[in-house]
Amino acid sequence: MKVDRRDFIKTSGMFAAGSMVLPPFVQSCQNVQISADVKSYLDHFEVTTEMLQKVIATAMSKGGDYADLFFEHKISNSLALEDGKVNRAYSNIDFGVGIRVLKGDQTGFAYSENIALDDMLNAAKMAANIANTSASFNAADYNEKLPANFYKISKKWEDVSVKDKVPFVQKVNDKIFDLDEKVIKVNAGMSDESSYVMFYNSEGRLTYDYRPMVSFYAVCVMQEGEQIENAYAARSVRRGFEWLTEDLVDELANEAVEKTNLLFKAGKPKAGEMPVVLGAGGSGILLHEAIGHTFEADFNRKGTSIFSDKLNKKVAESFINIIDDGTLPNDRGAINIDDEGNDVQKTYLVKDGILNSYLHDRISAKYYGVEPTGNGRRESFRHMPIPRMRSTYMENGPHTTEEIFAAVDYGVYVDNFSNGEVKIGAGDFTFFVKSGYIIENGKLTTPIKDINIVGNGPQALADISMAANDYKNDSGTWTCGKDGQSVPVTLGLPTVLVKKMTVGGTNA
Amino acid sequence: MTKEEKYTLAKWAMNHALENGAQEVSVNISNNQSSSVEVREEKIDKLEQALQSNLSIRLFVDNKYSSHSTSRLNKEDLARFIEEAIEGTKYLSEDEFRTLPKPELYYKGDGPDLGSLDKNFGSVDPEEKIQVAFAAEKEILGSNERIISVSSSYYDGLNERVMVNSNGFEGDTANSYFGIYTNVSVKGDGDARPEFGWGETSIKYNELKKEGTGTTALKRALDKIGAKKIESGTMPMIVENRVVSRIFSPLMNALDGSAIQQKNSFLIDKLGEKVASEKLTLTDDPFIIGGRGSRLFDGEGIATKKRTVFEKGVLKRYYIDTYYGKKLEMEPNSGSTTNLVFETGDKDLDALIASVKRGIFVTGFNGGNSNGSTGDFSYGIEGFLVENGELVKPVTEMNITGNMKKLWANIGEIGNDVRDDSSWRTPSILFNDVDFSGL
Repeated sequence: MKVDRRDFIKTSGMFAAGSMVLPPFVQSCQNVQISADVKSYLDHFEVTTEMLQKVIATAMSKGGDYADLFFEHKISNSLALEDGKVNRAYSNIDFGVGIRVLKGDQTGFAYSENIALDDMLNAAKMAANIANTSASFNAADYNEKLPANFYKISKKWEDVSVKDKVPFVQKVNDKIFDLDEKVIKVNAGMSDESSYVMFYNSEGRLTYDYRPMVSFYAVCVMQEGEQIENAYAARSVRRGFEWLTEDLVDELANEAVEKTNLLFKAGKPKAGEMPVVLGAGGSGILLHEAIGHTFEADFNRKGTSIFSDKLNKKVAESFINIIDDGTLPNDRGAINIDDEGNDVQKTYLVKDGILNSYLHDRISAKYYGVEPTGNGRRESFRHMPIPRMRSTYMENGPHTTEEIFAAVDYGVYVDNFSNGEVKIGAGDFTFFVKSGYIIENGKLTTPIKDINIVGNGPQALADISMAANDYKNDSGTWTCGKDGQSVPVTLGLPTVLVKKMTVGGTNA
Repeated sequence: MTKEEKYTLAKWAMNHALENGAQEVSVNISNNQSSSVEVREEKIDKLEQALQSNLSIRLFVDNKYSSHSTSRLNKEDLARFIEEAIEGTKYLSEDEFRTLPKPELYYKGDGPDLGSLDKNFGSVDPEEKIQVAFAAEKEILGSNERIISVSSSYYDGLNERVMVNSNGFEGDTANSYFGIYTNVSVKGDGDARPEFGWGETSIKYNELKKEGTGTTALKRALDKIGAKKIESGTMPMIVENRVVSRIFSPLMNALDGSAIQQKNSFLIDKLGEKVASEKLTLTDDPFIIGGRGSRLFDGEGIATKKRTVFEKGVLKRYYIDTYYGKKLEMEPNSGSTTNLVFETGDKDLDALIASVKRGIFVTGFNGGNSNGSTGDFSYGIEGFLVENGELVKPVTEMNITGNMKKLWANIGEIGNDVRDDSSWRTPSILFNDVDFSGL
């Protein structure tokens, strides 16, 4: 998406619609042939191609093999409701450039929050220190890279006043209170983000991206006698203001109320190993924790992942195809370019049951002698890129859900999760189940809640014995943490049966 | 930015907000600098340096409230940022409970030096930092044929902050940290590659323990080889002091004013009641010299005080800030923890283990969660099976499941091995009758 100077001076989405301030200075002159789109990004960040070249030359001055600059301007806003009113708002502006220098697989990194040339040169000098010779660097020709366009939107969040967002948050509160007399509290909120990114590297690649994001959530708290329970519903997508509708409000409210109601009747299963049926959608957390992280190539390059020796080997039943995809339209995990300026793709991790590819950034792709897969991501300009997931999911399998349930004598069905974790080397992963059901003789019986399930990645992958044809992507507010960096992701799954995992419960 | 420059800019921002329609304002300006080096295979793997500034502002406009932050600190951008923020705030609903704290609660500036800062920060030679990291790696590199990968890091940082409130508070803080961390992966049974990371931290560079992270990490990784789940059962559980916080934090979260008022706590209306074992006596002490959570005032400017949290299992306080104090009609007593100090028993970790006939010594958690409103929890664990007072074999891929109220009522023994490198000064703790799930 093209940006213009006017966007830059909107320092927050808190503005009253209609306000407009003229840019404080005239547009810069650029002396090379560049497109209007790139020019708008250069102007946005108040830099020229000459400045970029000077900073790169300084970054490479100690003999680095490669250097890149990652400019970012992020405007975040959120609104929240408590005790019946939308009575708080938050906003944040983040602006700066991250400078990275590579020498082999070694990384030097620094950033600057000021984009004046001297500040950038200082940061470049620090990052350059990863190499320790001296070298002269000849600037590469510009190689403009047009990004993909996976998140088309109509109305940008920066153009939306607080006033126009407040009613949606208020309505979700009112709707939840209308739905059930047991409701005693509602917390609801909405946050939006507009991120401008520009990338330039020592190979001359110049590219950019505009990344919108919106999240909308509602937490419902109900009381019945002494018992208080709460559950939440949330959605997050790369869409504009047009995404907010009455239907969406209804959907969230209904889901939050339904989920909370379930908990009053829920108990705990027996503790121990048993078959686990994972419902379509959010159960993709299994793939994220059990497989996704251990396929990130930085761990495999260092030999620390339990899948380090498994490339091209059979790791699952042959009907299983697992994908990490950065190209899903308007998906929270989609990116038009990755944070190293590389093309994004749909990457098969497991194809026909065989480990097909790791998730690569520039460093690991070079190590393995493959093309980058577009998984080099970073939380912000303050962080260096590392291999990260995007949207991780499994394609449909050959079974029906009826066949899957019929295969279970005693086990659990789970479809609502809050969090997970994995130990990369041991392969042990967990995910926390907010609610589900016990399965007895192929039928759902008692509801369950608040239990952890633990398994071992390679074993659980091999133990997926059935997969149905009802794949669903989950558009919840999934955020993945690694090395202290958070990035937005999504996940998805058809209904599957894992032969056995260890389920938290009672021994009574 | 110097401290004076931060004060000048903070007051300018505060006045700009007051002149443009805010009735009350609080402004924070912080500077953080940090550096880190990670080494692997006798080469520098990553070298990072950072310098960060941020302004955050809390606005009280016509009984409406919002808060904002930005890394763009030039006055031209800031002025517009503040003006737009005030305009936008006017579209929110009124909230009668939003105010700055009462001025009589503020810290008045006469407190002691709590030892949070290394006054020589910045004087460590960058080359020495790199050598510290290499030395940690060298402790174990090539020392055992099972080693797959070793990485060692040195890191340090300095955080400086000033805060001004429009009803008469000014305060500043500065704290430093230094750390060293070594992570090692070893070849285990089959495809497993157990790993362990061990770190040391300090407030002052001269107090950083520079030796031992490599050897400790390696020993702990090797000890995990062959870890397997065992059969499910109800048994005693000893939780190591380093990881107690995972099961202790839900108990502390239940005391939070917002959790109480929003009905997301399992300890609502329990002040003065016995809610845990009488072995639990806990004090919140902000004044420990060199304590990692020591501070003279909290995030609102309220002067800190030493307070009892639990006394022989009886709940003595919630954590109430100004806002939730008004909503709950309770006196604010600071909404955040400082140093949490346990009254300890007389057994060290070895004696705790020796006291268990059959149970599990938990050295790590893997995922899991706790339901805030009911206290129901379930966490993945790893550790060792204890039989007749001795560690018998490593276990992993298991869960513990139960309820926080019952867990903390079932304390068998509080250890005396208190960790002093964390604001939550946790000892190892023995709990009775915990539900483990495994085979």
